[in-house]
Amino acid sequence: MQSEQTVRFLKKGAIWAFIVLELVFFSVAGHFLSLSEGAFMDLDNMLLLLKQSAPIGIIALGMTVIMINGNIDLSVGAIFAFSAVILLDSMTWAVFAGLGDWVIPVSWGLALLTGTILGAINGLIVWKTGVDAFIVTLGAMLGYRGLVFMYNGEQPTSELNWTLVDFAEAQFLGLHTATWFLLGCTLVLWLLMTRTVHGRNAYAIGDNREAAVNAGIRVGPHMMKNFMLIGFLSALSAVVFYSESGSVNPNDGSLYELWAITAVVLGGTKLAGGSGSVISTLGGVIAIQLLRKGLGYIGSDTETVNLVIGLILIAVLYLDRQLNRKGKEELRI
Amino acid sequence: MATITRSTITNVLAKQGILIAFVLFIIGFGLANSRFLAVDNVLGVIRSSAILGVIALGVTFVVISGNLDLSVGSMMSFSTIVVLDLHDKLGPLMAIPAMFALTMCLGAFIGFLVGYLKLNSLIVTLGMLSAIHGLTLTWSGGKNMDIADKQGTWFGIFGRGDVLGIPVPILFFALLAIVLSILLARTPFGRKVYAVGGNGTAATFSGIPRARIVFLSYVISSFCVACAGLLQASRSLGSQNTVGQGLELEVLAAVILGGASLLGGAGTVFKTVIGVLILGFIQNGLLLVGLAFYVQYVVTWVIIILAVWLDIAAKRGRFLSPIA
Repeated sequence: MQSEQTVRFLKKGAIWAFIVLELVFFSVAGHFLSLSEGAFMDLDNMLLLLKQSAPIGIIALGMTVIMINGNIDLSVGAIFAFSAVILLDSMTWAVFAGLGDWVIPVSWGLALLTGTILGAINGLIVWKTGVDAFIVTLGAMLGYRGLVFMYNGEQPTSELNWTLVDFAEAQFLGLHTATWFLLGCTLVLWLLMTRTVHGRNAYAIGDNREAAVNAGIRVGPHMMKNFMLIGFLSALSAVVFYSESGSVNPNDGSLYELWAITAVVLGGTKLAGGSGSVISTLGGVIAIQLLRKGLGYIGSDTETVNLVIGLILIAVLYLDRQLNRKGKEELRI
Repeated sequence: MATITRSTITNVLAKQGILIAFVLFIIGFGLANSRFLAVDNVLGVIRSSAILGVIALGVTFVVISGNLDLSVGSMMSFSTIVVLDLHDKLGPLMAIPAMFALTMCLGAFIGFLVGYLKLNSLIVTLGMLSAIHGLTLTWSGGKNMDIADKQGTWFGIFGRGDVLGIPVPILFFALLAIVLSILLARTPFGRKVYAVGGNGTAATFSGIPRARIVFLSYVISSFCVACAGLLQASRSLGSQNTVGQGLELEVLAAVILGGASLLGGAGTVFKTVIGVLILGFIQNGLLLVGLAFYVQYVVTWVIIILAVWLDIAAKRGRFLSPIA
């Protein structure tokens, strides 16, 4: 019993232990290697880190729900870009010319609606055709990206609204706007996954779809709702990010799906579905961002970041398997 | 007595649907635009599909064995950069085998992780996508790689040369497709790849060395990636570090379009070639009609989902999914 608890504790707390390890390592290593004067664990530095985690983080939270559900979504990067284009372009539409700064909530609403609709299309196809979510969203990744290009050609879409920029750059109680969105989303999704019927059903379907169907859960509509959720969150991520930057290239957001999945897996959510936690994903997101920043801080280049993250991902997978095997005494073939 | 019944028709449609669609597509576009089927246009399309195609041939083995390979794009960037760099340091004759050896080491590493350690292939290759990209950047120092003497080298023949009027990349693609097709369809190894992908446990109990088959499928995939890197490097004689970025998912789209199942156990090299050609001809056809390159993304989206949907629908005998 004792060892079983240890294993469970190790699996749950692993990502946070890893974050602490990173902090200690970079603080000590930075003391000897860093060229900059400031300490690594400087408050401003950490606040900035949270802010920079937000765009991928918000998407990764949605990806957690999708993966607990036993699906995957590869189209989030394209949805992100399309929502961003709608956000920035709609602010210049003649219809809204008379609104003044009230155009901001309208544009936000439109962008979020766009993301939700694109997610709903994915969900509807998965539900009605029975094609695997991997293939559906792989296709959508190309298709939605094509729509982004068709909307505005190969030109970037730009619109700087200073009220919006001020809002996006504001700090409330020390935290940036983007950080608040990230933390807010984490809280809401945590409540959704642990305190509601929808959340329990998501775990049930991911664990054993057949059994869930037999238990009377309507699997199709349930999965569609989750795809709408991740579409909404991808759009929200775009809203948070582009309110500040004000310009979107048609290629923006490519590879976001892979970063989001990496964060989710680092957080310990299984690809097979049925287990995982939103909070751990937040840990995964922070761990990756910490690694990027830390390696930069001790003077490594981007190449090392990619190398290290890739190898850590594989190591996590290996360790996770070893821990699981001890727990279950699985049949070794 | 072969009587044509409704079920045989459905069967033929389900089995050869993608080929029929391809022929109809070619005829349709051929009638719409006379230049579409001109010899030089057809050769041009196949030539520009060759790099994607060569990779797709290898990924077909991985997918049939029931795994995924998301690292091929980043691996192709690696082999392209490495062969260009070694070209100036060792000379082309030594650079090519050295690059093949290095690339296949990466493939063997992935094969070891997925085959012998039985780790999830999606995550392993996702990690390797990132790791190999890092390796490439470390090798090149983040700079573009160029051959110093572009006029004086014979290295360009793989990507730019012609034999009897046929571009070398096409010959390369065709030769590799034939060899791998024989390997997959006519040898015991090929049958084992299907067995492992179809039902891994059953294959193990039948005495098939599952781990070794998976391992070898990744080595084959990395060999094909090295070939593609050679073609790419030879065609451009210089390259960015991100030359293969995003290729992994396009390759997968071509393989799926050809009818390989992501669950493993189904697909052929020939069908993958058809999948690659469909993507190439769609792109070309839309360009000839005067549409921008990005319209093909949307068309590809619709075609992939329709193709897989019809395939599934034929197998389960009803159009809509039975999920409530």
